[in-house]
Amino acid sequence: MATPMPLRKRYLRKPSLEPPPLTALEKRLLDTWQKGFPLAPRPYAEIARKLGVSEALVLTILEKLREQGLISRVGPVFAPRRVGASTLAAMAVPEEELERVAALVNSYEEVNHNYEREHHFNLWFVVTAADEEKLRQVLEELEARTGYSVMDLPLEAQYHIDLGFPLWC
Amino acid sequence: MIDAIDRAIIEATQAGLPLVAEPYAAVAKQVGVAPEEVTRRIERMLENGLIRRIGAVPNHYKLGFRGNGMSVWDVPDRKVERYGRLVGELEFVSHAYHRPRHLPLWPYNLFAMVHGRNRVEVMEKVERIAELLGEDDRGHEVLFSTRILKKTGFRLPPLPPTTAKS
Repeated sequence: MATPMPLRKRYLRKPSLEPPPLTALEKRLLDTWQKGFPLAPRPYAEIARKLGVSEALVLTILEKLREQGLISRVGPVFAPRRVGASTLAAMAVPEEELERVAALVNSYEEVNHNYEREHHFNLWFVVTAADEEKLRQVLEELEARTGYSVMDLPLEAQYHIDLGFPLWC
Repeated sequence: MIDAIDRAIIEATQAGLPLVAEPYAAVAKQVGVAPEEVTRRIERMLENGLIRRIGAVPNHYKLGFRGNGMSVWDVPDRKVERYGRLVGELEFVSHAYHRPRHLPLWPYNLFAMVHGRNRVEVMEKVERIAELLGEDDRGHEVLFSTRILKKTGFRLPPLPPTTAKS
């Protein structure tokens, strides 16, 4: 099925959006260490040893990557579903109402991701709550407060645990 | 289930480990347990799937992976698991999920997040998925994100009012 791409041109190579250049070592660090971070007392030293550099350099690079926003953090990635209840929710909101509805959705601490997407269903967000009942409550409240229905798309199965993926390979 | 110490460790690490030589010791100090207790519990959370992985969490968007397409597929229900696994194994797919349909507006039961440097690259990869599914691809769409309206990363949900304190 052909999917139209009306905005395609906008997304092709904007020079101002080019990512900052990375050294070979930085790329290697990023590609190799999205998983398997050592559970040893000095994990950065272990990484350094495997890369053949100093612990201080590894820490400096990670600090720099974090400051530049190229990595959001170094640490555990939790599986939301295992703690409490969560769902992917979608809403179809008219363009002129989007700001208001998005602000309302974002005001919930139970919402941790919210994306605008090009589709009839244009607002996509993840809701995570302490339990199923609280989750229902948030979704119902959102419908009542925004005036738009929420499509509830809970996870039925997951086929790929995100173990990171190759960036430069 | 997780106990109070697990919870404290999650809260102390969900925004990232400190970038210091002994990060687990720093977390241990904050939580009030021994460093070995922290690594032991983190290891257990890894084993039981509560933690998917530990490592550097890249911001794909900032790294130049701007084509982030949520591809959604209508495949026969009895084959969704098989295709989910197949699609999930593709290197450019970061997440593959089975989710319910909402007919008539939403006929899709398989989700696959496809990453590429731009939309053209994503669409090429989506074509590869379409070829893989063949006739069982009864329809698909790719939803590109145009704006990130909120992204706080995973946060431990607040405890129910009866037990919440901090």
